[in-house]
Amino acid sequence: MVKLIEGIPIMRPYIDLDNQGYWDAVKNHKLVLQYCTKCNRFIHPPRPMCPTCRSQDTMEWKESSGKGILYSYVMFTSPKMAYPAYELPYAVVLVELEEGVRIVTNTHEIEPDEVQIGLPVEVMFEDLPDGQTVYRFKKREA
Amino acid sequence: MFDEYLARRYRTTTRPKKEHYLVKDSAAIVGIGATEFSKDSGRSELQMVCEAVKAAVDDAGLQMEEIDGFVRFEMDYTDEMHICSSLGIPKLTYFAECGWGGGASCSTIVHAAAAIAAGVAECIVCYRGMNEASGRRYGRIPGTPSIMTAPRDHFGSILPFGHCTPPGWVAMFASRYLHEFDATAEDLAWVSVVCREHANRNPNAIFYDRPLTVQECVEARMIIEPLRLYDCCVDTDGAVAIIVASAEKAKKLKQKPAYIVGATQGNATEGELMTSYYRPVISGLPEAWYTGQELWRVTGAIPSDVNVAQFYDAFSPLIPMQLEEYGFCDRGKGMDFCRGGDRIRLGGELPCNTSGSHLSEAYLHGMNLIAEAVRQIRGTSTAQVKNAELSLVTGGLGIPTSAILLRN
Repeated sequence: MVKLIEGIPIMRPYIDLDNQGYWDAVKNHKLVLQYCTKCNRFIHPPRPMCPTCRSQDTMEWKESSGKGILYSYVMFTSPKMAYPAYELPYAVVLVELEEGVRIVTNTHEIEPDEVQIGLPVEVMFEDLPDGQTVYRFKKREA
Repeated sequence: MFDEYLARRYRTTTRPKKEHYLVKDSAAIVGIGATEFSKDSGRSELQMVCEAVKAAVDDAGLQMEEIDGFVRFEMDYTDEMHICSSLGIPKLTYFAECGWGGGASCSTIVHAAAAIAAGVAECIVCYRGMNEASGRRYGRIPGTPSIMTAPRDHFGSILPFGHCTPPGWVAMFASRYLHEFDATAEDLAWVSVVCREHANRNPNAIFYDRPLTVQECVEARMIIEPLRLYDCCVDTDGAVAIIVASAEKAKKLKQKPAYIVGATQGNATEGELMTSYYRPVISGLPEAWYTGQELWRVTGAIPSDVNVAQFYDAFSPLIPMQLEEYGFCDRGKGMDFCRGGDRIRLGGELPCNTSGSHLSEAYLHGMNLIAEAVRQIRGTSTAQVKNAELSLVTGGLGIPTSAILLRN
């Protein structure tokens, strides 16, 4: 699913010094997560320090398996409440990755009635005409 | 980080001593005022706010010159400087603003009551005015969109996915909540139906003359799945003003004071502006639990002492979720509490949202809920709970929030 309407750009992520590494990796078709080497813990969304040990120098970017399950979802069906760049209906989903963190994303080639909590999914990337790269999730074998 | 919340064990060792809580019974709500609630006010937000403040001052039996403080919503398009110039209020000695959209509603009372207890001011106006339905905004440049949130609010990570509106943000929590506790659209409909029953008794409610059935709720158009039309609050033009005064002053004024027993705020870690999806569970509202725990701690009251409650209801699933978080039922049992409506309607175990609230009276970012809680203490509600002694109000959800407990 998620088809973009030609000529309407999607919103760009807000990139700053704290999350630059995350979006730089997406540009290279990699999903990376912040990881604290001291706590052995993944952290998302990216932030300046580990909230558990409060270190700044133990944080690194680690590639995610890109596999997870659909933890929750919403379906946009009405033009009034939706962002105009997407054909309706479109789903926004919350994926729980194998690494134990969740990310907000869209689906790829999943029919609306297949969008269900518990669905096994994996990441894919798409380069958009405006130069932006986004990640979405498609079905995978459990 | 969530041990306390998940185990439902509030750690009080790092809290100030209870006897140091000066807010308790130091202040009271002495005046309430509002404009009509409509879909198109035809006037500026500044004008409506001035009308509401004037009505609240008259209601209290105060002189305009006695107002010495203001607490505004960070999100409001008006401010105390212009209000004072319009209403001829000579001077202020206290002014503050509260953040986080509707989470600010009871926060304004926290600030006012604390300032009064500290002796900084004696008569403080808390207010909210919004042309939410028509968009006739004070200070708005015609032709420009109104931006709801700063990109930074969500760490910038959700923007490219078309997840851009409050119903969608809350729908994500609702979807998981309904899934975990096996609840249906019919179950949820009872929340909206009971609020509507109460609105049908309240001539000031937008939906006063429009009854609503469970069937109509489940057949209504989808806004963002799983939220349908009547699961969402009613966009409103209007303004509400609440005046808080010292308990000493309150005794000399026109109305029966609604004494502030407790007023608390709460934030929880891993929060975002209505997209706090990264916590161990998202079928609950940790901020509301913290706010409630602190409220029960400082007041010494327990949930079963409460006679009537106004739960912030921008969206219907927030009522069962708050029944759980404020301790009126166990986790996962909020939907059972609401099903059939008997326990939450007038005459029930805990009459909720007796003016029709955001779902059916008006959406004034929680300030109309505070006005209704005061009417319950005065005995002037259109859905009056007999001998209401303790009246609870809660603030906006999915954000840092607040709550107050009033007594007669």
